[in-house]
Amino acid sequence: MTKHLRRIIQTIVTFLNNSYFGFIWTKKIFQGPTKAFCAPGLNCYSCPASVLACPMGALQVILGNIRVSISSMKYHFGFYVVGFLGTIGMLVGRFPCGWLCPFGFLQELIHKIPSKKFNIPSKLQYGKYIFLFGFVIILPLLIVDEFGYGITWFCKYVCPAGTLTAGIPLMFLDNSLQRLIGVLFYNKLIILIFLLVSMVFIRRPFCRTICPLGGFYSLFNKVSILRMSHNKDKCVRCYQCYRDCPMHLKFPDGANQLNCIRCFKCYTDSCKFGAISIELVGAQKTDLIKKEI
Amino acid sequence: MNEVRKSYLLLIFFVVIFILGINFSEFSAVLEKAIRICLSCVGIG
Repeated sequence: MTKHLRRIIQTIVTFLNNSYFGFIWTKKIFQGPTKAFCAPGLNCYSCPASVLACPMGALQVILGNIRVSISSMKYHFGFYVVGFLGTIGMLVGRFPCGWLCPFGFLQELIHKIPSKKFNIPSKLQYGKYIFLFGFVIILPLLIVDEFGYGITWFCKYVCPAGTLTAGIPLMFLDNSLQRLIGVLFYNKLIILIFLLVSMVFIRRPFCRTICPLGGFYSLFNKVSILRMSHNKDKCVRCYQCYRDCPMHLKFPDGANQLNCIRCFKCYTDSCKFGAISIELVGAQKTDLIKKEI
Repeated sequence: MNEVRKSYLLLIFFVVIFILGINFSEFSAVLEKAIRICLSCVGIG
């Protein structure tokens, strides 16, 4: 039942994040005031239909421009984006990855293609922190041009969501951009194709190994107000939760692991023994939340 | 520190950070960037 509700919400959120279809006629991306607000999931702001800003892109831009912002006395330190993401993270942890992220939704849909399925080494999950701290925070802060501007390293060299939802559509919309295609574009295209193929065989490969936004939210999983709880006395270690989990997690190994996206599938569908519950810090709300779902 | 208190204090911390960001008009920096085509995102800049 959660699955259907989640699919409906993922579909609605993907549509709401990308609800500007005027680009078909104007050939331009959306330029309205809602773009001052960040999307809770990974959604490129250069996607022609996007009406919100990408939090990772926005953070990189602000950090890359920090020197110029200080010298011009604007003092933009990234508080707006970090505060927004941190507030969400503290409330619900990685919940947006499971319910609100269009790129996560895409990965789940592609994984439905029938094929032999594989897992990936668990150590690869730490890759997303390299991208978060390296590509999103440190490199834009430290490496700047002669005018003091840093670049958006993750967007420029890695982000497959940007290639898929902005790069490819804009090439069709604006012929003048096609002349600018070079090594950089093909490099990103190869990353995108590799990940799209991986999605068929591996559950959410991008979320588990690369996504800096997922990496950011994951830091809050253990301390968020809403969190998962494991009753070891009731658990029979059947690992049905592991077989059902879109992130390939073994719940008995830890209730609030870094990769848990709070899809609640293990809680509502997998566990028949009541070993998994949802907790609102301090008070167990299992029955209440189960009824609502 | 009490775990419950820690969680709520952290939540308040991030809400305060967010409000500070609004006071520094950081949303205008986000808007300024988001309404222009990001050549890096597209893969050509």
